[in-house]
Amino acid sequence: MLNYFKNTWEGIYTVLVGMKITFKHLFTPEVTIQYPEIKVPMEERVRNRLYVNMDDCIGCDQCARACPVNCIEIDTVKALPSDDLGKTSNGKKKALWVTKFDIDIAKCCYCQLCVFPCPTDCIYMTDVYEFAEYDRNDLIYKFATLTPEEGTEKKEAFDVFQAEKEAQKKAAAEAKAKAAAEKKAAEEAEAAKKADEEKKDDSKKDEE
Amino acid sequence: MYDIILDFTGNEILSMFISAALPLFMFILPFALVAVLAERKVSAFMQDRLGPTRVGPKGLLQTVADILKLFQKEDIVASNADKKLFNLAPILVFAGSFAVFAAIPFSGAYIGTFADVGIFFVVAISSLVVAGILMAGWASNNKYSLLGAVRSAAQIISYEIPTALVILSLVMLAGTLNLYELTEMQTEYFWNWYIFGGPATGIQKILLIPFMIVGFIILYISTLAEVNRTPFDIPEAESELVAGYHTEYSGMKFAIFFLAEYANMFAVSAIVATLFFGGFQSPFGYLGDLFGVEWLIPIEQFGWFTVKGLFFVFVQMWLRWTLPRLRVDQLMTMCWKYMIPYAFVNLIIIGIISLI
Repeated sequence: MLNYFKNTWEGIYTVLVGMKITFKHLFTPEVTIQYPEIKVPMEERVRNRLYVNMDDCIGCDQCARACPVNCIEIDTVKALPSDDLGKTSNGKKKALWVTKFDIDIAKCCYCQLCVFPCPTDCIYMTDVYEFAEYDRNDLIYKFATLTPEEGTEKKEAFDVFQAEKEAQKKAAAEAKAKAAAEKKAAEEAEAAKKADEEKKDDSKKDEE
Repeated sequence: MYDIILDFTGNEILSMFISAALPLFMFILPFALVAVLAERKVSAFMQDRLGPTRVGPKGLLQTVADILKLFQKEDIVASNADKKLFNLAPILVFAGSFAVFAAIPFSGAYIGTFADVGIFFVVAISSLVVAGILMAGWASNNKYSLLGAVRSAAQIISYEIPTALVILSLVMLAGTLNLYELTEMQTEYFWNWYIFGGPATGIQKILLIPFMIVGFIILYISTLAEVNRTPFDIPEAESELVAGYHTEYSGMKFAIFFLAEYANMFAVSAIVATLFFGGFQSPFGYLGDLFGVEWLIPIEQFGWFTVKGLFFVFVQMWLRWTLPRLRVDQLMTMCWKYMIPYAFVNLIIIGIISLI
């Protein structure tokens, strides 16, 4: 019988305790963050979307080689001596036209290994994390500042330059060979002359 | 109210229809709109969330959007369902909960029927809901629906006993079944409310107070069980029975069930408020009396009635988000082993006190 009243009391009392707790929560500020409007600031070292600052890129291909999933593709063309590509922000001279710098972010595993080898700190992780696309091809980011036409143009220019250089070299080599031959001939002539004179000397000596 | 409309329209049948439909369109529908939103907001705030915020300013139009969505939904009737009963069930459930409003005194100027059997009518007609729920569960031809319906029937019928016993003790004390007269007895100040012993005076009043509080607690718990609200929501326990008796319903029929549930919530809150908390009576005089403005009093009374009703609806929501669901055996234990004996003892003691 005592247990019966105890149960009754506990039934009412515990409900009141619970109600007190929920009533307190009625006035505690909510913890919801209204995501698209309010975003939690990202940590400083988060690894999200890659970005390449093409002004600083020297086309050294080190990031592409570091990438474990081969999501970076770089094509470069040597600049002509007459081209002035300027300098990077940390004073390195740019010597290559970067005709292609594609990052397939769909493949990217966000390991950040490409960031460390960069000599000019031009490839880095940003805090952008909303880049969903409907088409997978839209996830290939093209960073190259040159248009494909400009790229082929540069390539042709370089080929022409290369050909010219080749030709020059050839010409130079030929000239050198010619000079060498002439020299040899001259030397031979000299030697013959000398031999003749020696012979004359000998004969003179004999006569004496 | 009927007389006013009769004067206005001059047609008895039409004015009857209008005065009968008045609580539906003036009260239940707006109440359901507000209460569904309030339920979601209260639950959200109790769980440190925000609740609906997208539709309208601060999410205020969320229920309107929900209703529009329900209007557009396909009305699915399962091919193996008993179509006649299936279509009739939501109407019956709603009719049962709507009929209760006929006897509830909203204010001094508006009461659906001035019936002398008021509270008895309420207890009787609200049992119609059980028939509707059983009908829905059976006609759905779905085991979850049937289980939900059977549980609901068992629960509602069981909890009608403590409800009736507490109401009986009050009726014994007041000597009337008429809800309007019951309210009029608790007039003037809040210490005349039945929770504080009613209009009795002296030693009788002091003796009555603890038993009235016990009666109020029993009545509140059992009415909570009668409207199938948490912690007594085993008929529609979503973790066990999908959605209970309305699993197979969609679109407007589901909306009618929903509306009936909210109408029921307010109805039982109104009954509790009328029986124990003075109904439409103000706890401390009226502004209309103070300024001598006659027509202000019914409006104030309606306001007080709404406030009291909404408060108990809020407590129902509060309990819902506080307590977990009871098991079936716990539910029955609570009813038959605890509440009915207490209600009986309470009835006898109040009877003895009223003899003093």
